[in-house]
Formats: sequence, C-alpha cells, structure tokens
Amino acid sequence: MLHTWARAPPNAAKALALRRRSDASSRQMRNFFDDMYGTDGEVRNAYAAIAAWLADTPSDVLETKREEAERLFRRVGITFAVYTEGGDTERLIPFDIIPRVLDAEEWSLLERGLVQRVTALNRFLADAYGSREIVKAGKLTNEYIDNQPAYCAQMQGVSVPGGIYTHIAGIDLVRTGADEFYVLEDNCRTPSGVSYMLENRAVMMRLFPELFARVGVAPVARYPQDLLATLRSLTTPIGEEPCVVVLTPGQFNSAYYEHSFLADEMGVELVEGVDITVQDKKVYMRTTDGLKRVHVIYRRIDDDFLDPLAFRADSVLGAPGLMEAYREGNVALANAPGAGLADDKAVYMHVPEMVRFYLGEEPILKNVPTWDCANEGALAYVMDHLEELVVKETRGSGGYGMLVGPHATKKTRDAFAKKLQRNPSAYVAQPTLALSTCPTFAGSVCAPRHVDLRPFVLSGVDGVRIVPGGLTRVALQDGSLVVNSSQGGGTKDTWVLRSNGNGR
Amino acid sequence: MLARAADALFWLARYMERIDNLARLIEAAQSMAGVSSEAEEWRSALAAAGVDELFDEVYDEVTPDTAARFLCTGPDNDSSIISCLDQARINARAMRTALTRDMWEAVNQGWLESRALTEQHFSSARLAETLDWVRTLSTRFSGAYETTMLRNENYWFVRLGTFVERADNTARILDVKYHLLLPRESSGVGGMLDYYQWTSVLRAVSAVRAYQWVYREEVQPWNVAELMILRPEMPRSLRACYDGIVGCLEELSKIHGGKRGECHRQAGAIAAQLRFGRIEDIFQTGLHEALTDHIDKTRELGDQIANLYMR
Repeated sequence: MLHTWARAPPNAAKALALRRRSDASSRQMRNFFDDMYGTDGEVRNAYAAIAAWLADTPSDVLETKREEAERLFRRVGITFAVYTEGGDTERLIPFDIIPRVLDAEEWSLLERGLVQRVTALNRFLADAYGSREIVKAGKLTNEYIDNQPAYCAQMQGVSVPGGIYTHIAGIDLVRTGADEFYVLEDNCRTPSGVSYMLENRAVMMRLFPELFARVGVAPVARYPQDLLATLRSLTTPIGEEPCVVVLTPGQFNSAYYEHSFLADEMGVELVEGVDITVQDKKVYMRTTDGLKRVHVIYRRIDDDFLDPLAFRADSVLGAPGLMEAYREGNVALANAPGAGLADDKAVYMHVPEMVRFYLGEEPILKNVPTWDCANEGALAYVMDHLEELVVKETRGSGGYGMLVGPHATKKTRDAFAKKLQRNPSAYVAQPTLALSTCPTFAGSVCAPRHVDLRPFVLSGVDGVRIVPGGLTRVALQDGSLVVNSSQGGGTKDTWVLRSNGNGR
Repeated sequence: MLARAADALFWLARYMERIDNLARLIEAAQSMAGVSSEAEEWRSALAAAGVDELFDEVYDEVTPDTAARFLCTGPDNDSSIISCLDQARINARAMRTALTRDMWEAVNQGWLESRALTEQHFSSARLAETLDWVRTLSTRFSGAYETTMLRNENYWFVRLGTFVERADNTARILDVKYHLLLPRESSGVGGMLDYYQWTSVLRAVSAVRAYQWVYREEVQPWNVAELMILRPEMPRSLRACYDGIVGCLEELSKIHGGKRGECHRQAGAIAAQLRFGRIEDIFQTGLHEALTDHIDKTRELGDQIANLYMR
C-alpha cells in the first residue's frame, strides 16, 4: 500500500511530499494555518507525539479505532437531534479520533483572554440591567440596549448573586495563525456541548491509553465538580447543603442527553417544569418524601419558557411564579434571564470596547471585524462585497440563515441580497477568516479540515473556573467552513499539554 | 428522589411486566382454542385483559386472528404489547439517569426490535415465536434490574411496580377460566376439556411442573386456584406478589424515616387475608368474585401508592 498521510514518517521532507498529495485533493487548504504543520510544513512541537503516532499507525488500524469509537458513542447513547416519531430518532455526531493539540503556552494565553472577556461580558450585563454607566459614558445608547431581541425588560433593576449573569459561557474561538486567535461568537445563554468535551476525552482515553501515557495531557474531568461549585456559590450560606437542580425541557429536547449527563455527573436531580412548584415565593421540587426546597436552578430552557406568569403564557416547561421567587432572591438561576443580551451578534462588535471600559485593559482575544448592516454605510459596503463576506442573522444560530459569500453561487448571493435589503438590521457581516485546519481522519486518509474551539467559562461568586480544553468542532466536508453539528460537522478531543516542548 | 422519577420507574416496571403477562394470556387462549376451536377462548382472553368492549368497537366478531392482533399491536388498544413497550421506553427515557445501563439497553433494544416487526410476525404461523421474544424481553429487563441496581429507593419502586402488575395479571389470567366456565353446560366441568383448560392456565404461568411438585396428583381446579392465589412458594401467586409488595413498602418506609400511608395499611390487610385464607372459602364465595375483588383492590392500592409517593 502506498504511503498515505497517516503513514507519513515525521521527517519534514516526507511530510512535505505527502502534504502535496493531500493538497491535490484540497487545493485551497494551502493558505491556511495547519495546527500540526503550521504554514511551512514542519511538524510543530506540540504535535510531535501525534505526528509520530500517525506515522506509526497504519490507516486500517485508525479505521478500526474510528469504528470502535462510534460503537462506544452509540452504546452510551451520546446523541443529538430531535426525537421524532418512528424514524431514526437519535443521531450520532461524527467523532474524529485525531486530537487537536494546544501547548501550555497557547492555552495560558487563551485562558487569560477568556477570563478577561467573560468578566467584561458579566460587567456589561450587570451594568445594562443596572445603572447603565456605559450609556452615561456615551459608548452606547439606551435604545441600543433596549432594542436588542434578547434584552429582558423584567430583569431591569433586579439584583442577582454576585452581579453575575452568565455563569456558564461558551466562547467560540478560531485560529488563523500561530498566535492569531479570534472570538467568533460569545454564547452567554445556555451553551451546549460540554458533554461532548467530556465524553470525547473518555473515549480517547479508552481507545489510546498509550498515547496519553506518552503525551502529558491536562485533564478536563473536573468540569462537573467545577460546575457544581460555581452553582453552589450563588447561594448565601443557609446552614445546610444548598439544593441544586438541572431544569430541562424534557426528553424531546435535542440537548437532553447533555442535561441528563450533567445532572448525573454532578449528582443532582434533573427536573422538568412539572417537578417544581412555587409556594410563598420559594421554589420546591416534588419528591417521594414531599416538597423539598430548591436553591439553585441550572436551567437549560430558554428565557421565554421559564415562567408563564412572566413570559410566554402558553409555556408549560417552566413554573408559574419562578421569576417572582428569583426576584425575591429565594432561588438562583444560572444563567440569569436576559444573559443572552451579551451574545447578540450586534452587541459582539462592542465587546473589545467593553473590556477597555469596564476593566481598563486591552483585549487579549481579538474580535473579527464586523459590519452592522443596520448602519447605512456598512450596508452599502456589505452589498458591494457579498462574495468576500459571511453574512449572519443577528438572532441566528446553529449555522442556519447565513451566507458564506465565497462558497455561494451567484444565484444564492442575489437571493440573499434581496433578504438583506428588506431587513438590513437583522444582519451583520464579517470577512471570511482563514480558519486553521487540523489533520482529520477523513474516510481512509488524514486530511486537513477546518476547526473551531468552544471552551467553557464558569463564573461563580467565588471566581472564574475554566478546565483546560473545550469542544473542538470540525467541518468534515473538504473545504467547508461550517462546523455546526446541525450542518454535518463533527467533533474531536482537545488536548492541552501540561507543559511545552515535545509533548513532555 | 423526584416524585416523577418514582412514577416513571414504577410504570416502567409495570409495562415491562405487563407485556410478559399479555404474552402468557395470549398463549393460554391460543392453547385452549386449539382444543375447542371456538371464539369463546379468545373472548375470555380479551375480557381478562380488560379490552373486550374496546375490541367490539373495532371489530364485528372475534376470530383468533383479530383477537391476537388486537392484543399484540392494537390498533386503538393502549394495552397492546406494542403500546406497552412504547410506554415503557417513554418512561425509561424520561428517567434515563435513574436506570442502570443494562436496564436501559434491555428496554431500548426491545423497543428497537419491535420497530422491525411486521404483520407477518403476528400471523398464527409465527405468533408463538413472537410471544417468546416478548417474554424474553421482560425476563431480560427484570434480570437487568435485579443484578445491576443499587438497593436504593429507585430499586424498591421498580420492584413494587413489578409485583403490583404481576398480582393484577395473575388474577386476570386465572379469571380467563371463569369466563369460559359459566356459559357452558355442566357436562363440560370435570371433563377432558375442563382438564385441558386448567392445564393451559398452568402452562401460561409456567407452572405445570410446579403443580406436580406441590400436589403430586392430576390437575384439579381448586389446586390450581390455591397454587396461584395462596401458595407462598409459587412466585406468581397473589400471596407471593403481596408479600413482595409489603416488603417493598416496608423498605420505602424505612428510607422515609418510618413514614407510612394508606397504601401500607391496604397492602398489609390484603397480604394478611391471603396468608390466612383458605381455598375452600374462596370457592364458597365464588372464584370469579374473589378474583374481581383482588383486581379492584390492587388498582386501589396503586392509586394509594401514587398518592403517597408520586404526586
């Protein structure tokens, strides 16, 4: 059998020769930073052990491992996609067995940047729902805040524990060069995916114990304990152990697996709306031993469904009176209602400014330049440069409702231009970034595929916690930039090395 | 634990036990009908399952084919084997975290296999094979929970569901015989047919050998009734089921700091009645009446359990 990428010995000459092979199949990859090979084709230090392992391992062995991984995921039932009657109800997210590696130094930079950014986001939320210093300073207007779709008027003037709103934040990062990281998106409401981060690691440790022995990988397993500690920090001492629960919309929700996984890992109850009741402005859950007081709710249902008395009257997912109990300070909610204000795509543009305004620091993580189509000048520019830009709905998520200009046909672009013209304020535009790639086991050979990274930042009253790593999502289609699982993306394990150098 | 979790586990166990008993009921009807080749046996099976009126709304007459299909797959029958399996999985999925992996796999695997069943599998040619598959599912589930669950509250609710359902079903299976007896002329009683029917009841609860071990004589109605109602060593007897129910309720009471409710009193009263009852007295007042009474009391007990723990 001819050498494939996977069999490539780690020496540079061979690696380069083999890179050419793979380039033939995906020519556009040449201009991208590759996590393993950088831009010059030399194996980067952080990847030395992975490159050697790939060189030593025949692709049929990799294929066997890939199949084993899939069996493990299916057996545990790590699935997503909405349950529908009859058909193939639960889908598996494709898992790639080649890990994505960051060295300790890279991670340390990201970690500082993440703490800084999420701290600023929380300060902004507290300010927006409080005294609005940022408006007084002339940086934003009241209308700007009040008009954001995720702004929650019911939260104005409500005091929340520690002034923290987004306790669990998922920050989507992309890389474009050795030291170039950009924040693509902040997810401040109820970000998903952390169960994949943990399960991906568990599966990798089972499949490749020898690799873990060789490479010093920082563990991520303490995330559930960190999450529990963060949630507990939201209560004032009550003389007993605070009762924490996870609130799920139920088994038909696409992220139900994650909800049950986290409840299980934390050792707390997974409740639905029918399980909780509000009496005398306090929240209780119905147990076999009668009503039991609930102190903290990690809610995985959207604001609109939390409380039919405060929000959507037709919702049965939450509990009537929950918001009143919350406003009285009798229960803590994570994340706070209205936290989504900070991740509206139109707010995103102002985050670097927030870092400077609230923290008096220069932002460590960069923003992608963004055109707000609500602005006439910006709209004109976007209309003229559609084939270079990515245009996103400000309220969109999951890769839906977006235009990837360079990859779209003229017909699609023209159709999108009409939508944009009709309702410009619903869109923002960004240049297409040269997203880095990662060797990915695609079919029978390794090939570079675009990746992003979602680390999870936990903010409690007692401080910020981040486990080293996150969820790496990978666009499995050759050349595709869309990594969302709903759009055919997959995931891979993210390794943060305990120290720099050759994996030691 | 959450009240809803207790409810989900209790009903999961009930549905998984019920499919086993439905399969047994259908087998009993099939083997009785094999001798007399009349629709009577099937009607009695429908009556025992409590769906005879529902059946009449859908079909004009009882045939072995329509009756078996109705009991297995519906349509419009929420108590069919397939509906019960669907309900079992919905309950299991709602409380995935309260189940062990083995339990979940037993339910999920069975449910997945049930998706692949066709009309063919319920034809008389293949019915027996399909019913075997159903009983295997149920056995696999009870094996899974017995061998993998922690002996905590979750476990006692699963076990409680199993016993409550089994008590109800044993009474119903035995009652099939009543529905056959009454309209017949007395010549049937004590004859070959009668003997065969009582044997079918025994076979339905896998107790032909057990009967021989306990009585060492030919099959007599009062012995069969005694075995299935009063004998503590017979695992499907009402007595054994109620001893099990009382035991589960005791454990739950211990877990809840001694708290008891109406369900504890009712279960204790029925268990005592079964412990000290005599089969002669039961036949005196009427077997059918006694069984109907048990079915009603078991339903009432289920409501009381829900009142105390599941609301």
